[in-house]
Parts: sequence; C-alpha cells; structure tokens
Amino acid sequence: MSRVLELDGISAGYGETEILHGIDLHVDRGEIVVIVGPNGAGKSTAMKAVFGLLRITGGEIRLAGEAITNTPPQQVVTKGVAYVPQSANVFVSLSVEENLEMGAYVSKDSPARRIEEIYQLFPPLREKRRQPAGALSGGQRQMVAMGKALMLHPKILLLDEPTAGLSPKYRGEIFQIVQDINAAGATILMVEQNAKQALAIAHRGYVLVDGANRHTGTGAELIADGEVARMFLGGGSGGGGRA
Amino acid sequence: MMEFLNFYLIPGVVLGCIYALGAIGISLTFGILRFSNFAHGDTMTLGVYITLSLIHLTGLHPLAAAPVAMAVTSGLVLGMDRLFFKPFRQSATIMMVIASFGLMLMIRSAIQFFWGVQLHALQPGIARPWVLFESFRILPKHVLIIGATVVLMMAVHLLLTRTKIGKAMRATSDNPELAALTGIDTEQVIRATWVMGACLAVAAGVFLGLDTHVETMMGFKLLLPMFAAAILGGIGKPYGAVAGGLVIGIAEELSAYPWIGTEPLLPPGYKAGVAFAIMVAMLIWRPQGLFRGRQF
Repeated sequence: MSRVLELDGISAGYGETEILHGIDLHVDRGEIVVIVGPNGAGKSTAMKAVFGLLRITGGEIRLAGEAITNTPPQQVVTKGVAYVPQSANVFVSLSVEENLEMGAYVSKDSPARRIEEIYQLFPPLREKRRQPAGALSGGQRQMVAMGKALMLHPKILLLDEPTAGLSPKYRGEIFQIVQDINAAGATILMVEQNAKQALAIAHRGYVLVDGANRHTGTGAELIADGEVARMFLGGGSGGGGRA
Repeated sequence: MMEFLNFYLIPGVVLGCIYALGAIGISLTFGILRFSNFAHGDTMTLGVYITLSLIHLTGLHPLAAAPVAMAVTSGLVLGMDRLFFKPFRQSATIMMVIASFGLMLMIRSAIQFFWGVQLHALQPGIARPWVLFESFRILPKHVLIIGATVVLMMAVHLLLTRTKIGKAMRATSDNPELAALTGIDTEQVIRATWVMGACLAVAAGVFLGLDTHVETMMGFKLLLPMFAAAILGGIGKPYGAVAGGLVIGIAEELSAYPWIGTEPLLPPGYKAGVAFAIMVAMLIWRPQGLFRGRQF
C-alpha cells in the first residue's frame, strides 16, 4: 500500500494558542480513515492543518512523499487535496453545474466529461443541474459539495463532519455516499461526530483527545475497545440511545 | 401625457441607466472585496477626463474614445489597488473604506490639478430631438445612451454567467472562504472585478457627460445615488444594482412631475434627496434590498 498522506508529529494552532501537540496520522491509498474524539479535541484542526489553513509550528506533513507543511490552500488544491468544510460548503447562488465547474477551477481542461461522471455517481444532481445549490435539500447539498471536491480526481478527499446537522435518514445516506465514492477509487480522511457509524465504514480510525493521539486501530477494533466505547460511543449520538 | 413621457420618464430612464452602470461596480466591489468603495465616483470622473483628452487629441467621437479610456482607467485602477488596497486585504474592512476615501480625494485633486475646474462639453453644439408621431420627442443622445447601456448590461450578464472568470466572480461574492478552498485564484478575481467596475464607471461617466457636461465633481455627485441603487437592489447583487439604478433614476425625475396641481411635486433641487430617502427607507425596512443581498 502506498502512503497518500502522512502527518508526522504535527503541532499547530491559531495565533498563540496551540491546539495540536504532536499528532501522528497517515492515510494509505484507497482507505477511509476517520478521526473521532470529544469536542475540542482538535479533529477539525488536524484537517485544517493539512489544508494549510493554520500555522504549523512543528512536524511535517507529506502528500505522496512530498512535504506540504504550511503550503497555502490554493497550492494544496493543485497538488491534489480536496477539502469539504463542515458548513457553507457549496456556492448557494450558483447552479449545481456551476458548482461542479468551480471544483475544476485550477484545471485548464474542459470539465464537461468529469461533470458527466459526477452525475453518474450522484444521479439526483443531474435533474437539478440548473437549480441554485441553495435550493437543494441537506443531503443533496452534500452531494454537490463532494462532487465538486471530486472534480479533479484528488489524491485525497478531506471531509469535515459531513453528517453534521443532518437527520438520521440523511446521515445513513451520506455514509453510503462516502463508501460509494471510496469504492470508486477515492481515498478519504474524515472527521466525524457520529463516531460509531463512521467507524463502522472506516478502514482505520484515530481517537484524538486534547490535541494528541489517544487510540489508533481499525474501525472494528475501536468500536470493540471498552474505553473508546465508554468515552465516545455509549452516550453519543451514534445510535447508542436506541438500545 | 406626452409631456410626462418626453420630459420626465425618458430623462428618468437615461439617468437610471447611468446610475445602474455605476452601481454595478459598487455592488461587485462590495460583494468580492467586501468594502464600500468611495473612490468609485471619482474613478468615473477620471475616465471621463481621459475620454475628454482623447477627444481633444484625436477628434474621435466620444463613444469611440470611451473604450480606450476604459482600458487606460482599468490600468490605473489596477495600479491603485496594488498601492492602496492590497496592503489592507487582510485588515478590518474599515481600513479599506478609509483608504478608498483618501483615494477619492487624491483622484479628484489630481484631476483638478491637471485639467482645471472649468466645465467642458464632450460634444459641442446643441442637438435637436427626433420627433416621432408628431409629439413624442427623444434626443439622439438619449437613444444612444439607452441602447449602449442595454448592450453593456448584456455583456455583463454573459460575462458573469458564461465565462469561467465570471462564474468565479459570482462564487467569490457568494462565499469567499469556500472560493479560496476550492482553489479559485482570488487575486485574479479581484483584478477582474476592478476592471469590470472601472469600465462600467467610465461608460456611466461618459453617458452623463454626453447628457449634461463634464466637471470635476460629477462622479462624486453620483456616489450617493449609486450607493442608493446598490442598496436598493441588494448589495453584492449586480442584477439588483441594475434594477435599483433604474428605480432611483426614474424616481428622481418623476419627483419633479406636477402630480398634484401645476407645481412640481418636489422642487427639482430636491432630486438628490429622493435617492437618499429611498436609501434610508431601505436600510430601515428592508436592509437586504429587493433581491436579498448581503446585510450590513
């Protein structure tokens, strides 16, 4: 397996405040890797660090072996990383098709063929291609956001809490989509609040606590781990309440 | 009836076209660079004086000289952005507003220094109106202004909806953070915004110069109605700015029509107050504008 993304002892934060204290993490080609942890653990911060959205004070980030530490976002996109933020992740006043076109902005080639492929992956978007993305349902908006991110065949797709604020019905749909695009060849690093469901579809997972690695293992191992279950899965919104 | 059409409605539409063209630039700058550009009116004046000099030097028709002036003004505006606005890109918005205020005074002073403060005409002589159906009178220059405005609006529409840079401009106006995450070259979008705003401002200024005369305060006097038009249409919405410009222009002219009795409803001196009143009313009751633009 080839290593797509590697975080090696990353420390980072906003201004003077350090939030990550030496995180180690890696994603191999074809994997779904999930970062879980309590609020304020630095999950989203880790993802933003990869994308050059905050200052990294220590450690190294490598994309397919090449150091990309502190590279500005625009160049990170060009190098093959796509990032889907948690909220406001589509251009609401642009049509679905225009959103997809913007996903291919850094490429000089015509995006028409790739847009066709995205419609095959997300059939509901084809019917709504001329509608403004803001008029779509929450689930379909996520499809637009992911479709837009997939336009340039990124080496890795970063998803920041893709199911946040969605109803359980849509949540299942989104996790299904994540598996589908993974099956179609995308390597995915995802931050999730719904830890149990996310770990269930993940190849591997990382548990972050207070900006440091706490547990690492396959999705199944983490779900089975007593401490992890007590800390995040039992009382969480991942479905524990149903038992 | 014909008097209403000839002396109030047609001039109102002409004024509305001028406001609309200017307001598009204000609205785009607000949407993409996130600040109210006070220098927009004087950018317009600058473009008009460049047009004036080209006419004097080459004897070209104002409409032939205007595109050259647009190109020159665009270049100057890009230089001003580099010097006065780019250093404040990451600062608080108020820094950009104050920078634009300072730039406004500098541009006007430079114009007054180089060209003087006397009045000029873009076209010499007095034009006779065309008379249609015996009583409908329209000045050729008004036909020209309305026609050219329609062409420019169509060009703006095509640019914003059919070209990659135009779509990127709309995307950046919609969500600048996401635009940067998507890999959109924000600086390129900003340059396109300045060029588009400057070209439309020069067009508006030249049309105003054709309709009336050229003087160093002409752009500054248009600043308030242009802002009113941009706010009325929903700030950050170029199509809203067009509608807002037409509404304000027509409202200003119609405010002087003798609706009750034989006296003008409002003395013509209060025309500018109409734009201001509409702007204040919008900010109080519907700050998002007619077309749901960004709120202040």
